[in-house]
Amino acid sequence: MSALRILVPVKRVIDYAVKPRVNKAQTGVERAGVKHSLNPFDELSVEESVRIREKKRAPGGVEDIVVFSAGPTKSQDVLRTAMAMGADRAIHVDTTVKGADENAAELEPLVVAKLLQKVVAEEGSNLVILGKQSIDDDAAQTGQMLAGLLGWPQATQASRIEFGGDDAVQVVREVDGGVETLKARLPMIITTDLRLNEPRYATLPNIMKAKKKPLAKKTLADYSLADEAAKKRLNILKVTEPAPRQGGGKVEDVDGLISKLKELGAL
Amino acid sequence: MLSTIRRAVAGSGRQQLRSVGLARLLSSLAILEQRDGKLNDGSLSAVTAAKKLGGSVHAFVAGGNIKSVADQAAKVDGVEKVIAVDNAAYERGLPENYAPLLVENIKKGGYTHVIGGHTAFGKNLLPRVAALLDVQPVSDVIQIEGESTFVRPIYAGNAIATVESTDAIKLLTIRGTAFPAAEASSSSTAAVEAGVDPKAESATEWLSEDLAKSDRPDLSTAGRVVSGGRGLRSKEDFDGLMLPLADAVGAAVGASRAAVDSGFADNSLQVGQTGKVVAPQLYLAVGISGAIQHLAGMKDSKVIAAINKDAEAPIFQVADVGLVGDLFEKVPELTEKLKSA
Repeated sequence: MSALRILVPVKRVIDYAVKPRVNKAQTGVERAGVKHSLNPFDELSVEESVRIREKKRAPGGVEDIVVFSAGPTKSQDVLRTAMAMGADRAIHVDTTVKGADENAAELEPLVVAKLLQKVVAEEGSNLVILGKQSIDDDAAQTGQMLAGLLGWPQATQASRIEFGGDDAVQVVREVDGGVETLKARLPMIITTDLRLNEPRYATLPNIMKAKKKPLAKKTLADYSLADEAAKKRLNILKVTEPAPRQGGGKVEDVDGLISKLKELGAL
Repeated sequence: MLSTIRRAVAGSGRQQLRSVGLARLLSSLAILEQRDGKLNDGSLSAVTAAKKLGGSVHAFVAGGNIKSVADQAAKVDGVEKVIAVDNAAYERGLPENYAPLLVENIKKGGYTHVIGGHTAFGKNLLPRVAALLDVQPVSDVIQIEGESTFVRPIYAGNAIATVESTDAIKLLTIRGTAFPAAEASSSSTAAVEAGVDPKAESATEWLSEDLAKSDRPDLSTAGRVVSGGRGLRSKEDFDGLMLPLADAVGAAVGASRAAVDSGFADNSLQVGQTGKVVAPQLYLAVGISGAIQHLAGMKDSKVIAAINKDAEAPIFQVADVGLVGDLFEKVPELTEKLKSA
């Protein structure tokens, strides 16, 4: 069995507990001064990779865990977090657009997938574990697109990952109405679902140690993708707040609830 | 083929033929889901979305013994042709072989739009298809504004983005609750045509599945949903209170992530950003505080009702009817009164 060389792509997003506000120009959401953190599904990917090594779950062992992020300079914060959780090293592709806000540094999933395809080749990765979606764009595309570009098997929305001999990987995935179990061989792509694990908190000593771990700084040009990234396939015409919902007030008791629901035609 | 038509149009007076030409040029492929020889009616939302675009609409089905599914799809209103591929290799919808299959059929049909549901199947498959076609797909579309302009929620539904696709082929996954499923028409039956089968191998093997069994309505399409949260305290209480309530209301059962994580309810019942998105006539939230991730999955419901002991719970800001009280008293009372009504 080959040793695992795991690539974990991560994204810095507005913290899940923050309610995002649309900016005045209606071009995106307000990001300046808003708390950001590691995309929750990516935390699961990092955690799973580290556990595979700690619990010696893969017969061939884990040779390397690389975390990767493409985004504004501040994305390095989430890479440090991932290294404090146990990743060995990091690669950051800075996409900051001079004079523009952070929303402009966003890459489309297709470009991210093309970027990752090149990183996989460069790093000799044989397992890529991504989050099933980022909680900002909610696209849920990157992992599948990367699998398509590489021609590798994919197991999305994983809730359990097991390794067998002969490079076999068995994945339980969450589907509508329950779960299904798939089997494939390395190299492969897995995307994580919430039930996969409970991510650890980075401890202070590990946060200190993570500062010394290597973080390679790259640009889109290093991967010959600057032009591809500049050419947007999707133009954002506008971003608006959803129509607000009016709370209808409260009733005193169960009878009040029933009669109000009847009045509204819901019962 | 497209360019040939465009050239022909340009050569014979562009203005005159423009509207006719455009309508003809636009053609959509709606990807339908099936399992065990039964068409998934929910997937017919893709046909409704395709009809909104205005061009011709073909439907695509693949799997073992596909004939009955294809015949059923052929009766659906608005479907001009059904492309069917009969091969058991596609039965489980594995993207490793299903994606190349779709790519071949999309190329052969010269489709301008390809539409599938934003379901476990569609989400797993269509981005892979998009990568093979080198297009950037548009996920979870809730509104079609034109042939290249689509509306989709971002940030767990806290913002709504209108996007314009510049790709030659528009590949969309749509939110089922935003497009009612197309229905069977009594008058027409579309032709069923065998699609091309590239017979790509799947590197992935399907081993087994474990689906939650339920006699209650399907959560994603139910007209009424009763949903329980952490306030239920245990699986016994969840089952003991929520199931009778669901039956009294004739509703599907949902749950918040807190309830699922605490083991009160099955994963497949989770409503929210990371679970299912529902938009029933009635959504009754019991013991659910109303975190933004949960609201993302239900705030388009027609009527929202909430029972919670915390009068300050955020759920009351969106609920049309709120009842502050102990759910362990209120739910049995509500169930009793609805049953005897």
